[in-house]
Amino acid sequence: MSLAMFVQHFFNALTLGSLYSLIAIGYTMVYGILRLINFAHGDIFMLGAYFVFFGTIAFKLPWLPAVLLAVAASSFAGILVDRIAYRPLRDAPRISALISSIGVSFFIQNLAIVLFTGIPRPVQQPKILTGIMQFGAVRILPLTLVVPTISFVLVLGLLWIVNKTKPGLAMRAISKDIETTRLMGVSVDKIIALTFGLGSALAAASGIMWALRYPQVHPLMGSFPGFKAFIAAVLGGIGSIQGAMVGGLLLGFIEIMIVAFLPALSGYKDAFAFVLLIIILLVKPTGLMGEKLEEKV
Amino acid sequence: MLSVEELHVHYGGIHAIKGISIEVPQGKIVTLIGANGAGKSSTLRAIAGLVRQKKGRILYKEEDILHRSPEHIVRAGIAMVPEGRRIFPQLSVEENLKLGAYARTDAANIRSDMDWVFELFPRLRERAWQKGGTLSGGEQQMLALGRALMSRPELIMMDEPSLGLAPLLVREVFEIIAAINGEGKTVLLVEQNAYAALKIAQYAYVLEVGSVVLEGTGEQLIADPRVREAYLGG
Repeated sequence: MSLAMFVQHFFNALTLGSLYSLIAIGYTMVYGILRLINFAHGDIFMLGAYFVFFGTIAFKLPWLPAVLLAVAASSFAGILVDRIAYRPLRDAPRISALISSIGVSFFIQNLAIVLFTGIPRPVQQPKILTGIMQFGAVRILPLTLVVPTISFVLVLGLLWIVNKTKPGLAMRAISKDIETTRLMGVSVDKIIALTFGLGSALAAASGIMWALRYPQVHPLMGSFPGFKAFIAAVLGGIGSIQGAMVGGLLLGFIEIMIVAFLPALSGYKDAFAFVLLIIILLVKPTGLMGEKLEEKV
Repeated sequence: MLSVEELHVHYGGIHAIKGISIEVPQGKIVTLIGANGAGKSSTLRAIAGLVRQKKGRILYKEEDILHRSPEHIVRAGIAMVPEGRRIFPQLSVEENLKLGAYARTDAANIRSDMDWVFELFPRLRERAWQKGGTLSGGEQQMLALGRALMSRPELIMMDEPSLGLAPLLVREVFEIIAAINGEGKTVLLVEQNAYAALKIAQYAYVLEVGSVVLEGTGEQLIADPRVREAYLGG
């Protein structure tokens, strides 16, 4: 493989990896606080893409307001899902909320099929992102530079919220001990809502960029990226934001490079992620950066 | 300041507290003693708002807080040092203290209150940037106390603060409780170490299987033969 080809694959991998990372962070944040795998997360990703699609096509909004509105609406949808489907089950066994999340996922997907029809629709890319950039022999899509950059900025913003702000402090406290956090005067439900809001915003951002990269939207588009990002979160160590970032990037690189170096296996690209999941769960269930399971004293 | 009237608490199917009434006057140290499972911790947890199934009345400054949330109760001025300290092991000492002040809106005074806590517990200042989980048991207890003080409570409830500590540290903990009380804070103390608790408290209640079986001043109870036999080792 020529160096130029490799550079192109590198940027494709970085892009796919960033998109997985953004979704994976939402899984890991919700898991960190509620010990819940929110299987509806991938469908929020899909909603984000559709909201932008309708914003730009149906309402003829310019891109920036359409994107901001779509992210806000998806964020709200994530909070609503928690309020309706998970909050009433806070005191129930964990498996109940998990099953509820699977139900929510089917519900959103089928609602989307009814409302938006099941036909994939092409997405019009903004002009600034069309065309190909040429650096010597290397040809790069502008999106493969834009997506990682935006993702990086979003993740920095999230890390700032989690590590430097008061609600972020409460989030970190809740993830270890909900009851004691309540004794500190923290309204746990508000912080959980914030967590869903932030995670959903990142998923929506990812969905929007995904729809630009593979320029179409359809109601089940969140399903596979959702599963893959879940695998990325487990790979990185579920509960750890840094782990989700690393896991997402790693999975993106693995998928792209397998196809690049072993084209014969490209048909198994999707299957590989699931094989990876089984291997991690068998060999290192806490993931690459996951915390050791502490014994309660 | 705080009066609990005919409090009943149920855990699942278990009737853990069967109509107890206690009175905590302002500025005093009141202690609840009794064996494991007598309902001491459940009483504190009910007052703090952590228990859902309960009946009766919990009057704090004329307000019935029985069905209030923990968030509300902290803001009303009641802080709790939970059993087993329950500090946040992955957060730094300073972050633990900041969480203690979470309910407050007077950001300007939080810094000076933290300095005050550091004066009370100099070892915490040395370890301000260390993770809570790296502290020794005694230091974690100091952190749990300091964290509760950060909410500027008027009433501070402590659940077994001396549990699991070496004798020297136990003495230190009781000195600190007296010092906190000396600052004008009212204290409701639950303790296994009945002798030390009765020595320090102005008033005490003895709980057995969810009911108050005896009450009196600390001195009266230390002298009471029933208490001596059951809780003070003859």
